[in-house]
Amino acid sequence: MNSLDTPAALKSFLAEQEQKTLLRFLTCGSVDDGKSTLIGRLLFDTKLIYEDQLAALENESRKWGTVGEDIDLALLVDGLEAEREQGITIDVAYRFFSTSRRKFIVADTPGHEQYTRNMATGASTADLAVVLVDARKGLLTQTRRHTFIASLLGIRHIIVAINKIDLVNYDRTIFEKIDEDFRAMSADMGFSSITPIPLSARFGDNVTAPSPNMEWYNGPTLLGHLETVEFEDERLDSPFRFPVQYVLRPDLNFRGFAGTLAAGTVKPGDPVVVAKSGKLSTVKRIVTMDGDLDQAVEGQAVTLVLEDEIEVSRGNMLVAPEDRPEVADQFAANIVWFSEDAMLPGRQFIMRTETDRATVSVNDLRHRIDVNSFAHEAAKSLELNEVGYCHLSAQSPIAFDPYSNNRATGAFILIDRLTNATVGAGMIVHALRRASNVHWQALDVDKKTRADQKGQKAAVLWFTGLSGSGKSTIANLLEKKLLAEGRHSCILDGDNVRHGLNRDLGFTDEDRVENIRRVGEVSKLMVEAGLITLVSFISPFQAERQLVRDMLDEGEFVEVFVDTPFEDCAKRDPKGLYAKALRGEIKNFTGVDSPYEAPTAPDIHLQTSGQSPEEILDVLEGALRAKGIL
Amino acid sequence: MSQQLSHLKRLEAEAIHIFREVAASFEKPVMLYSIGKDSSVLLHLAIKAFYPAKPPFPFLHVDTTWKFREMIQFRDDTAKRLGIDLIVHINQEGVAQGINPFDHGSNTHTHIMKTASLRQALDKYGFDAAFGGARRDEEKSRAKERIFSFRDAQHGWDPKNQRPEMWKIYNTRVAKGESIRVFPISNWTELDIWQYILLEDIPIVPLYFAKKRPVVERDGMLIMKDDDRMSLNPGEATSDQMVRFRTLGCYPLTGAIESNADTLEAIVSEMLIARTSERQGRLIDRDEAGSMEKKKREGYF
Repeated sequence: MNSLDTPAALKSFLAEQEQKTLLRFLTCGSVDDGKSTLIGRLLFDTKLIYEDQLAALENESRKWGTVGEDIDLALLVDGLEAEREQGITIDVAYRFFSTSRRKFIVADTPGHEQYTRNMATGASTADLAVVLVDARKGLLTQTRRHTFIASLLGIRHIIVAINKIDLVNYDRTIFEKIDEDFRAMSADMGFSSITPIPLSARFGDNVTAPSPNMEWYNGPTLLGHLETVEFEDERLDSPFRFPVQYVLRPDLNFRGFAGTLAAGTVKPGDPVVVAKSGKLSTVKRIVTMDGDLDQAVEGQAVTLVLEDEIEVSRGNMLVAPEDRPEVADQFAANIVWFSEDAMLPGRQFIMRTETDRATVSVNDLRHRIDVNSFAHEAAKSLELNEVGYCHLSAQSPIAFDPYSNNRATGAFILIDRLTNATVGAGMIVHALRRASNVHWQALDVDKKTRADQKGQKAAVLWFTGLSGSGKSTIANLLEKKLLAEGRHSCILDGDNVRHGLNRDLGFTDEDRVENIRRVGEVSKLMVEAGLITLVSFISPFQAERQLVRDMLDEGEFVEVFVDTPFEDCAKRDPKGLYAKALRGEIKNFTGVDSPYEAPTAPDIHLQTSGQSPEEILDVLEGALRAKGIL
Repeated sequence: MSQQLSHLKRLEAEAIHIFREVAASFEKPVMLYSIGKDSSVLLHLAIKAFYPAKPPFPFLHVDTTWKFREMIQFRDDTAKRLGIDLIVHINQEGVAQGINPFDHGSNTHTHIMKTASLRQALDKYGFDAAFGGARRDEEKSRAKERIFSFRDAQHGWDPKNQRPEMWKIYNTRVAKGESIRVFPISNWTELDIWQYILLEDIPIVPLYFAKKRPVVERDGMLIMKDDDRMSLNPGEATSDQMVRFRTLGCYPLTGAIESNADTLEAIVSEMLIARTSERQGRLIDRDEAGSMEKKKREGYF
């Protein structure tokens, strides 16, 4: 180390430091297989333990240690009081060490079954798993469970650390048997590398230096393999994904999208698409405080400025146009359950992806996966630490990739709506049915272009009022007037729509709601077409009128209340319906035995009493001109 | 291969990502600024995360009134230089009671002037998320703590019941009164901090550099007599020695180390051959194993 005293030597040391890559791995395996001891050994052998820590350790080894007079290296990592008292690992601990080639973050995860969720936490950010196996015991239930969870969470590289080899006389056949068993067990788990290493964490054999006790073994030491394994190139080669975290707008001249590249690379000039809307733009700048970049790669946190003023907000993704993520509100996923309260299908949760959120419900638990036999079993609920394959539906679409393609954009957590606890973690397998591969096409011709072509402003004029109040009469008069002025319009009339589009619906409250929802969707399409749309429906419920208003953009929905008193309507009764309803021959008749919720603040209020239809039309026309619709 | 990010770039990106998550998800975040080197790095990362905008939250210093004078000077200069919104909070009840580390001991002093004072400040302003510069390599209970560490309405930490923290997806939901402590540099080591300071040219308090300073040896530590509030015991005398500090806290509780390292390069070089951990210079962690865990359950950072 003295060589670092010269400035030149220090400079080259620091330059080397700057080239180091980062590998995150976890250690797992059954209780007492020696995970904590192994990490203690790695820290000790790479000189990451300081004298005062060692002194404290000697104290504690005498108090809690389980290895007689020796220093108990496990006590280095079991940091909580309860853990030291019970001699077990409860929660994942993160440890750090580095060599001249790499820096390592180790997640030391618990072996006990009731802490499996903490093991999953450690696995979610790891690229490699060191699975410890006690040479005396071979593969145990926990070994299988942890290996399965590592594979489920997308870890592709495994080291099988066959520990306590000193206790079986460094026997080669035992080593080979365990290796064979492990490969057979994990055959379907999709690991790209499995490296078995015989070692003794307690005495250091094959941990950082080759063991003199096992001449038959020619493979790498644990540290040697950790230093050289290749693990992250696939993330760089994947298609560009940029989940937008935050929109930076310090002044009117700057609008940047802040986020971390979840995959791929990006350069100024690259075309990008907004995942949910399909809008296309081009990257103008990659902004950082260190100056604009020529390129950003997976893992980098940057701010992108686009050429065009397009709508992008938190939760959306900027992506490669030629290879887009799925956008869907229904999907299949594997879920690991974390909560003491079982997961029941039908429940609603808050779903969080890296930057997006939505309310979801787990519609269907297709099967539970037995983590010991890996068999699929029928199940009605998921208990703590169980894994299930589920169908979910979200209230709004999310953009994602299958988890097997991208761990960052294919993962989510589930949060309990009342307690805010994290109750589950999910890995998306694929989108379901209708949404799959149907991307929103951002068309160059939009509703404004269509309306402009017709020289008008598209809108929905929603006439609401009791049966016989005069809605249709006024709407018809207005449409004639519009036609005479060269406007383009269309009328949706309650009675007519019920003969076609909605002929399957009756007059119960549920059917009335569905009736209005469909009419709302149709009028939205007509607005897209650039038309002035006149809708003449009783539409008795405030909530449904609001629903349609929410479907449309600000200012497009004009609520016209045709306010004719019940007595006048009943007296006028053009279709003889009131007479029948009052005689009880028609059920659920608005104003008779079904309520009418009058608008509290209509955009236009037409009081018809004592007015001729032409007089009312004049009032309506004036109001529409005042609002800029005409 | 050559495109792979270096470990420092990955750590930087992780921290920036965390800052942005909090800004996007919480109503009223704040960053705890404790003036030390870790806070300097944290502040630098906060500025980077929102560039060219300013960080969308204020900064809070919980002043125990026993910090080194050079720290306070540095704090005020930094706030002015960067134009950030800095809140300084002092537990006035503690001041009125005359709480100090000499008469009341490190535990009582730290509890009243730091832990309780922090709780006071968080409640007073209603912050729902607070960034801190703690690192997992500092101490064993910190190694177990989540990056987003949930605190109940009494600011307590429940180590046996932490929220699982999967991927980079953080559960940012809290009920009224509850809060989250957020540690963006959880995965940094002391060496990472120094390398980053060197690489990014980040200003730090001059106390980190060796200089002749008036120190007195007490309880096996070199304590700097920073002002007249510290009186000497019989047989004690100050002497000017070349010393520097590896961590900074309240001056009567922070031990200096003998050193000639007066440049960043020399500090890094000295660190690489160091055989004791940085918290060795902190009296407050020494009392017993698990003392940090106990403090954190009570609401300490």
